[in-house]
Amino acid sequence: MTQLLKRAYVVVILLLLLAPLVVVTGVSLNGPQTLRFPPVEPSLRWYGSLFQDSAWLVPLGHSLLIAACASALSVSIALPLALFAWERNGVAARVLTGLGLAPFTLPPVITALGFMVFWMTVGGYGQIWATIIAHAVFLVTLPLVTISLGLKGIDRSLLEAARVMGAGRWTVMRTVIGPLVLPFIVSGYAFAFVLSLNEYIIAYMVAGFTVETIPIKIFNALRYGYTPILGVVSVLFVLLAALVFGLIGRFGDLPRLMGSERGRSE
Amino acid sequence: MRATPGWVGLWPALMLAIFFLVPFGIMLAVSVSHRDPAGAFIPGFELTHYARFLSAFFAKVMAVSVGVSVAAAAICVVLAFPFTVFLASMSHRTQTVALVVLLSVLSLSEVIIGFSLSTLLSKTAGISNLFYWLGLIAEPRAYTPSLFALVTGLCYIGFPFAVLVLYPPVSRLDPEIVEAARVMGASASRAFFGVVVPNLRGAIVGAFILVFVFTLGSYLLPQLLGRSEDWTLSVHITDQAIYQTNLPFAAAMSIFLMLVALALVGLASLAGRQRRAA
Amino acid sequence: MTNLRIERLCKTFGTFTALDDVSLEIPTGKFVCLLGPSGCGKTTLLRVIAGLEAPSGGRIFVNGEDQTRMPTHRRDMGMVFQSLALFPHLDVAGNITYPLAIRGADRASRAARAEELLELVRLPGMGARRIDQLSGGQRQRVAIARGLAIDPKVFLLDEPLSALDAGLREHMQIELRQIQQSLGVTTIVVTHDQKEALTMADLVIVMKDGVIQQAGAPMEIYRNPANAFVAGFIGTTNLLPCAIHDGTIEVLGARLPITEGDRIGVDHGAVQLSVRPEHIGIVPTGKGAIEAEVTFVRDLGESRHVLLQASGQEIIAQLTPETQASYRPGDRVSLDFRPGERVVVT
Repeated sequence: MTQLLKRAYVVVILLLLLAPLVVVTGVSLNGPQTLRFPPVEPSLRWYGSLFQDSAWLVPLGHSLLIAACASALSVSIALPLALFAWERNGVAARVLTGLGLAPFTLPPVITALGFMVFWMTVGGYGQIWATIIAHAVFLVTLPLVTISLGLKGIDRSLLEAARVMGAGRWTVMRTVIGPLVLPFIVSGYAFAFVLSLNEYIIAYMVAGFTVETIPIKIFNALRYGYTPILGVVSVLFVLLAALVFGLIGRFGDLPRLMGSERGRSE
Repeated sequence: MRATPGWVGLWPALMLAIFFLVPFGIMLAVSVSHRDPAGAFIPGFELTHYARFLSAFFAKVMAVSVGVSVAAAAICVVLAFPFTVFLASMSHRTQTVALVVLLSVLSLSEVIIGFSLSTLLSKTAGISNLFYWLGLIAEPRAYTPSLFALVTGLCYIGFPFAVLVLYPPVSRLDPEIVEAARVMGASASRAFFGVVVPNLRGAIVGAFILVFVFTLGSYLLPQLLGRSEDWTLSVHITDQAIYQTNLPFAAAMSIFLMLVALALVGLASLAGRQRRAA
Repeated sequence: MTNLRIERLCKTFGTFTALDDVSLEIPTGKFVCLLGPSGCGKTTLLRVIAGLEAPSGGRIFVNGEDQTRMPTHRRDMGMVFQSLALFPHLDVAGNITYPLAIRGADRASRAARAEELLELVRLPGMGARRIDQLSGGQRQRVAIARGLAIDPKVFLLDEPLSALDAGLREHMQIELRQIQQSLGVTTIVVTHDQKEALTMADLVIVMKDGVIQQAGAPMEIYRNPANAFVAGFIGTTNLLPCAIHDGTIEVLGARLPITEGDRIGVDHGAVQLSVRPEHIGIVPTGKGAIEAEVTFVRDLGESRHVLLQASGQEIIAQLTPETQASYRPGDRVSLDFRPGERVVVT
């Protein structure tokens, strides 16, 4: 009985979280240009028009390019940082880790304004690469956390075993640490990718007027009235996020990645 | 022998110094410079922007920001704590599914969440149609924009965050201490409030503070779901920086917000540490 | 021929001395057990030999070559770790041939060698299994096969069998010894289990507090322990305060004449008499040298142990299977210490 109540509580909350998304999905299926729920004259015409409308395709291209590059750059900063801090306990390791964790912990508007004045000062304000670098630094926390978690899970005796068997430092990295930490690199990249796609304030303040991303485009479109196409874009982004995290959950150990220490077998 | 040479730390150190520390330095400099109504700022040293914190305007902004964030954080933690405890006791598969939902919601752009919620609370497609159909209200109405809509929105983004902050300590709590309490005669609710909650007090306080900081940073929801008098500090910072062309004041507010956030995050980690030491 | 020579090795961690002036020589093809309680420095010694710890002083020679400063990965050793340290991302064959793969061996020769080694450890055809599909004993065998893959100069094992349950452990001890004898590889095993050491070793090295207490053949150490620590650590013994006077051992108020075979290593200072339980005979009261009272009888099926009290000392005696007599707590008896099996140690 209590078990049932607990389950019901969890399910109800999850459904409440999904409710707005269900409504938005319904809205995106409206035939005419209206936001009704349940939808009237259901059709997929707004899905079709999204992919023909360059007003949406250009921001989509920007968003994907920024997310792909920024997450790669993010991982390239987080991986050596995690490796460095993994085996070291000194001031340098702690300061670097703190710097890596800070961007995502602070309210993003602070990072956004920091980057805005930075690019205004050194040049680059309004450029797409400025957004990429800003996102990479802002999101570095995510791959840092996942990769550090992966490294923490590596039994030190595996490295010693490899060395006794004849592996030098680089070979240990290539044949043991690399393969074991790769899933955590991939999930760190995926986390950063999804969050970069959805990030608004930094992209807006660094290059909002010249490099429109999807969230900026949605926000601008909201000012001129709501259309079902906004629902379409939202649905696609929800599906993308669900797909990415679903894949991580399918092929990785999501509870462990989120900090549970109980293993998969339990 | 270490697996990595020390120089691997150079690249991240360089990147974070240039693109994280330097921007802060510049922001600090801007916050004491002279405002240039033409768009940027004139280097200088004046504390006029900080002096504006003493104004009634700023006091009201702070009160709104802190008020809605405290309300949202409290609601989130109260809802999220039992949710997390229950979730952690379920099967690995259920946990994975729930985490996928939570992460998907958490990663969604505030603009999409704002749009979804304003649709849900709207007159034409919203929840009021359901109430109307059930006969609870006389005619469909819009619940947005309003303070209620804003707090709902902040809870929506804050809840997954609260669960993910609570999840590690909750799932590491030894389930045997609850079983021990039950064997010794405690009822389920008594075991929950007498054993689980006190053991995780530090984690709960930490989660409350972190969700508070997280919702404090919300920028789009106040504009999409709230009225202009519900604008928070984040909105005002952007407003000052871009539309009022008062970068120095925006920078000063950012520094202030950062100090508040850092102090609170420090407090949260302290609360977490006390729990471990206990 | 000497395979491994260690000269005056020292290792300190901060203020803790893990190895204190350790020297030893191990001939080629010997099976050596490093035995001692936890914290005695045996694992540190093994890790220094492997190159995983740098010694604070002293030198290590392998086949006459000074390897003290050589990095681990050039030493051509084989090692089995306490945790086994099998790579979870590689299958059985991948684990076993890892040392060959990183030395550039081609695929065909690796596959052939993997099958050869799997035959050796009695896991033929298991090369494609994942590590998490194996039982504890199978993992053990894979770890052993992996350590032997390159014909190591020295084969090192750190508490390799400690994770197995008792029955399997005894079985693996015998199997490990047989594999070692068939290959003739110099092998050093760290263990805290004296039975394991006695089962497998040609040479047992007993350590305590970073110092070698005694090195010798198992029976030699059992019969002729160098000191009270070794006597107590190897097998069960009774350690009784005693004094040596005019060809007699004075113990528990009795004077026992020293006979041929008794080993009197020291005859002054605070000395102790070590008598094994199986060398104590129980006779009716008044018939033996020492009077005692039975306090407890432990019947283990294969043997019976009688716990006794004599002049305030706890004594344990083992009855032979043929003994018909039965004893109960409170019985008064006499004890005889078998001549020729008495050892006096400090």
